Amino acid sequence: MSAKINFIIDGQQCQSEEGKFLVDAAKDNGVYIPTLCNYEGLKPKGSCRICTVKINGRFTTACTSPVHDGMNIENNTAELNEMRKQIIELLFVSGNHFCPACEKSGDCELQALAYRYKMMAPRFPFAFPQKEIDASHPKIIKEQNRCILCKRCIRGIKDEDGKSYFAYQYRGKDSLVVVDRKLAAEMTMEKAQEAMDICPVGSIIVREKGWEIPIGERKYDNAPIGSDIENK
Amino acid sequence: MSKAIVATTSLAGCFGCHMSILDIDERILDLIQLVEFNKSPIDDIKTFTKQCDIGLIEGGCCNSENVHVLKDFRKHCNILISLGECAIMGGLPAMRNGIPIKECLREAYLTGPSVTANTEHIIPNDPELPMLLDKVYPCQEIVKIDYYLPGCPPTADLIWETLVALLKGTEINLPYEVIKFD
Amino acid sequence: MKTSISDIIDRYGNDPSRLMDILLDIQEEIGYIPEEINQKIADQLGISKAELVETISFYHFFSNKPLGKYHVYLNNSVTAEMMGREKVKQTFEEEAGIKFGNVSGDGLIGLYDTSCIGMCDQEPAAIINGVIFKDLTPFRIKEMVKYMRQGMPVNEMCRQNYGDGNNSSDLVQAVVSNNIRLKGTVVWDQYSPGEGLQKAIAMKPAEVIEEIKKSNLRGRGGAGFPTGLKWEFCTKAMETERYIFCNADEGEPGTFKDRVILTELPRLVFEGMAIAAYAVGAKSGVLYIRYEYKYLRKHLENALEELRKENLLGKDIAGRKGFDFDIRIQYGAGAYVCGEESALIESAEGKRGEPRDRPPFPVDKGYKEKPTIVNNVETLAKVTKIMKKGSEWFLSLGTKESAGTKLMSISGDCRYPGVYEIEWGHSIYDILEMVGAEEVQAVQVGGPSGTLIGPNQLPRHLGYEDLGTGGALIIFHESRDLLKEVVMNYTEFFIEESCGSCSTCRNIPVLLKDKLQKILDGHGVVQDIDDLLDWSKPLKISRCGLGHTAANPIVTSIQNFRHLYEKRVLRDREFETGFNLADSVRESCEAAGRPANI
Repeated sequence: MSAKINFIIDGQQCQSEEGKFLVDAAKDNGVYIPTLCNYEGLKPKGSCRICTVKINGRFTTACTSPVHDGMNIENNTAELNEMRKQIIELLFVSGNHFCPACEKSGDCELQALAYRYKMMAPRFPFAFPQKEIDASHPKIIKEQNRCILCKRCIRGIKDEDGKSYFAYQYRGKDSLVVVDRKLAAEMTMEKAQEAMDICPVGSIIVREKGWEIPIGERKYDNAPIGSDIENK
Repeated sequence: MSKAIVATTSLAGCFGCHMSILDIDERILDLIQLVEFNKSPIDDIKTFTKQCDIGLIEGGCCNSENVHVLKDFRKHCNILISLGECAIMGGLPAMRNGIPIKECLREAYLTGPSVTANTEHIIPNDPELPMLLDKVYPCQEIVKIDYYLPGCPPTADLIWETLVALLKGTEINLPYEVIKFD
Repeated sequence: MKTSISDIIDRYGNDPSRLMDILLDIQEEIGYIPEEINQKIADQLGISKAELVETISFYHFFSNKPLGKYHVYLNNSVTAEMMGREKVKQTFEEEAGIKFGNVSGDGLIGLYDTSCIGMCDQEPAAIINGVIFKDLTPFRIKEMVKYMRQGMPVNEMCRQNYGDGNNSSDLVQAVVSNNIRLKGTVVWDQYSPGEGLQKAIAMKPAEVIEEIKKSNLRGRGGAGFPTGLKWEFCTKAMETERYIFCNADEGEPGTFKDRVILTELPRLVFEGMAIAAYAVGAKSGVLYIRYEYKYLRKHLENALEELRKENLLGKDIAGRKGFDFDIRIQYGAGAYVCGEESALIESAEGKRGEPRDRPPFPVDKGYKEKPTIVNNVETLAKVTKIMKKGSEWFLSLGTKESAGTKLMSISGDCRYPGVYEIEWGHSIYDILEMVGAEEVQAVQVGGPSGTLIGPNQLPRHLGYEDLGTGGALIIFHESRDLLKEVVMNYTEFFIEESCGSCSTCRNIPVLLKDKLQKILDGHGVVQDIDDLLDWSKPLKISRCGLGHTAANPIVTSIQNFRHLYEKRVLRDREFETGFNLADSVRESCEAAGRPANI
C-alpha cells in the first residue's frame, strides 16, 4: 500500500495513493473527470483527449497521469469543458452516428457525454464518410460508421497467447479499427460479448443482439454519465 | 398581447416530429392561446401569408423542393428551429449519404430486388418532380438555424418548454431525461 | 526470389521488435509486401495478422501492391510547388498515361506524391527506385519516361554530375548538392576524429554531463530542450541498461541540414553518440534515419565500420576498459511523426510510429522500456565539438540565452538556398540579406509547425528567447498567394502525416482545410475566420507536437496576415454555407436524364 498524498481538484482537497492514475484518484474523491477511451483494467492510451485537465497549469490527460503530492488540478472549468464538447462534436461529425438506429443507443458513452455536455447540434459540418460495415465474421459485426477509434477493443480483447483480435490500420483521417479474420473465425460467444461490452459506442455488435432493454431503463436514460461518481 | 405566429413544415422527415408536437396533449389548448399557426400541415395553410415569429423545421433536405421550402421559411420566420434528428443531422434519410446518388437511383429503380413493375427501366424524370440532392443535408448546412431540438422525435415536453420559454422570454431549464437523440 | 521470407525474418531472430527491418528487407526483395504473405510473417513472429498490418499500413513507403518497376515519389512540399512541380507532375502523368497514385497497366511506372524529402534547396525533386533526382523539368521528365520504356537502370537516368563533397563518393553517388553556403565555426571547423571522445574519457562521466550543461547546448531538432539536463535525467533512472538514439528523421518540410551533416561528417555525429554513451553508461545506440535518405546507407555503414576499426566504437573504446558501445542504423519508412522522440522509439521497436503519452519520458522509459536519450543529428555533432574545445568557447558564440551556432536550412524565394551555419542572434532581416532575398512578403520560420511572419517582424531575431527554430526558413516573394500556395499546402501536410491516434489531430485539420477552401472558393464570411481560430483550440490538447502545431499555418497566418483572409470573405452577409443547388442536383439529373430546373 502506497503512502497517502494530497492534491487539489478545482479547489477541493483530495487524497489518494501516490502514483494512482488521476482519473481513478479523482473518482475515489467523488470527482468525475470525463473519459471515453479509458477502460477499467486496461492500460490507458490517452487517445480521445476528453479527460484532459490542467495539472499545475499544463494540459495533460488524466487517464495517463499518475497523481503526486501537491498537484493542483483544474477539471471542471469553462475552457476545458468547451474543448471536451468540441471533441464530442468532432467524433459525431467524423463518423455516421445515427442514434435512432443504433443498438447501443441509451447505453452509448459518446451519446451520454453529448447529453452531459449539452450538445444540441455539432458546430462542425457533418463529414458523412463512406464507411463499410464488416459483417464477414461469424460472431460479431464491426460497424465502421460508428467507430470512434478509441482502441479499447485493441487493448482489451486478446486471445490466450496475447494476440489482438482487433488492430489499427492506416493513419490520420483514414484510420480504421479492423478485425483479424483468423482469430475472429474462432471467437467464442463470451469473447464476442466482451468485445461488444468494451466498445463505448455501437461499433462492435454481437450478431442478432440489441434493443434488449426498453427505452427509459437503459444506462444513461435517466441520469448523466458520471453522476454515479459524483453522487457517491 | 398579440399571439405569436408559428409556422411548421416537414422536409425529408417522417412527420414523427409533428406527431410529437401533438403529444403535448391538453397543453395544446394553452398553446392555441399563445400562438397562431400560419403555414403548417397542422392547419393546412400552404403558403406564408405573413411574417412569422417562429418556424419549426422537421427533416433535412433531400431534394430541391426541400431547399426551396427551407429558404422560404428562413425568409418568413424570425426564429428558425431545427426539430429532430433529421433536421439536425440528416437522420435516417442521410444513411444514403455514403452511397453515390447514381448508385442509389439505380438500385431503387432499376436493379434492386424489389424492382418488378418498372418494365420501361426508367429513373423518374418528369420535369415536375423535385430533383434529388447529391446527399441529404442537415438544415444548418443550407440556412442559418437559431435553435436545435434533438430527438427522434424530440419529446413533447422539450418542444413545449422551448416554445413557452421563447414566447415568454424566460430561462429554460430542462430535466436530463428530456433531451435525447433517439 | 533470392532470399526466402522466413530467412529474412530469421535474420532478425524472429523478433517482432525488428519488424521495420524485416518489412524493409521484404519490400526490397519482392518490391512490395504482398497481402498473401502477411499471415506467414505474422505466424513466424507470433503476432496476429491484424497487428502486423497495423505497422505495414502506417508507413507511407510500405505497399501491399506492386509499386511499378519504376516507382516515382515526387515531393509535394511548398518549395517544390514554387519551383514548378505542377508542370513536372502533369508531364509525368501525360507521358506515363496515368494519374498520380496509380501504376501503369503494364506495371512499368508508378507515380506517387510524397511529403518533403529533404531537398527543398534543389526542387522539384523525386525519389525513383531509391535514387534521388533533382532540378526536374518537363523536358527531363519526357526523357526519363522514354528511358523507363527502354528499361534503362535507374542510376543511369540521372544524367547529371554527382553532387559536391561526399555526394560524389563511391558509396553515395548521388546528384544531391550540399549547398553549404556558409561554414560556421562549430560544425564545419576542422574535425579530427576521436579528439572529442578522448577528452571525454579523460573525464568522469558526471563531469562530461556537467561540461555539456555548462555549455548551455539545447536540442537542435527544434524543441530546444537542454541537452545536458536530458543526459542527467537519464543517469537518474533506476535501470542501468540505457540507449542513445540519434534522431535523423528530419521530416519538417524545409529542413535538410541533417542530411548535409550526415553526408559530410557522419563520424562527428557518431562520436557525439559515443560521448553521450560514455556520459550515461549506454552500451547501444541507434541512428534512426528517414527512408528518404536511404541512398546514404552504405556511406553511413562505412563510417561506423571505420570507427570500429579505429576502436572509437566497439569494445574497450579508445583503450578504456569496460567502455563498450556500438551503433546500429534503423531506417524509417515514411512518417513525419516519427521525428517525435517517443514515436521514433515506437517505430524502432517495430510498431506504428505513434507518440507515447508522457510521463514517463524516454529518459525514464524509452526504447524497450529502458532509459533512452534521443538527440538530434546537429546536437550530437555539437557535443563532439564542445568536448574538444570546451564549454567556455561554445558559450562565447551566440547570445546570452542561446549559446553557439545554428545550422539553417534556407529555401524558397532567394538567390542562394542551402545550408548556413550562423551564430544565434541574427535578425531575420540579416538572414534575408545573407541569402539574397528581396521583395519578401513572408517568411516561414521553423517549417509548417513554426510561424509565418510578415515584413513588420523582420527585426525579430533567431534564438530561444525570440524565434527558436529547428532551422528551416522558407522565404516567400511578394508575388506568392500565401493562403492558396502556402497555408493550404502546409495544412494538407499535417492531414497526411497525422498518426490518427488523437481525436483532435485526426479530425480538426480536415475541418480547417475545408473551411479554408470555402474561403478560397469565395464562399467565406467573417465568422469563418473566427471559426478557424476557435476550431483550432482543442489541437493544443493533442498528445504530441504534430497535433499541437497542426493549426499553426492557419493560426499564425491569421495573426500576421489577417487582411489576406478579410480580402477574400463576403462582406454583404453574415451567414453563408457555400451550398449550391445546381451543383448538388447535377448527378441525379444526369442519372435520370432530365433537365435541372433550378
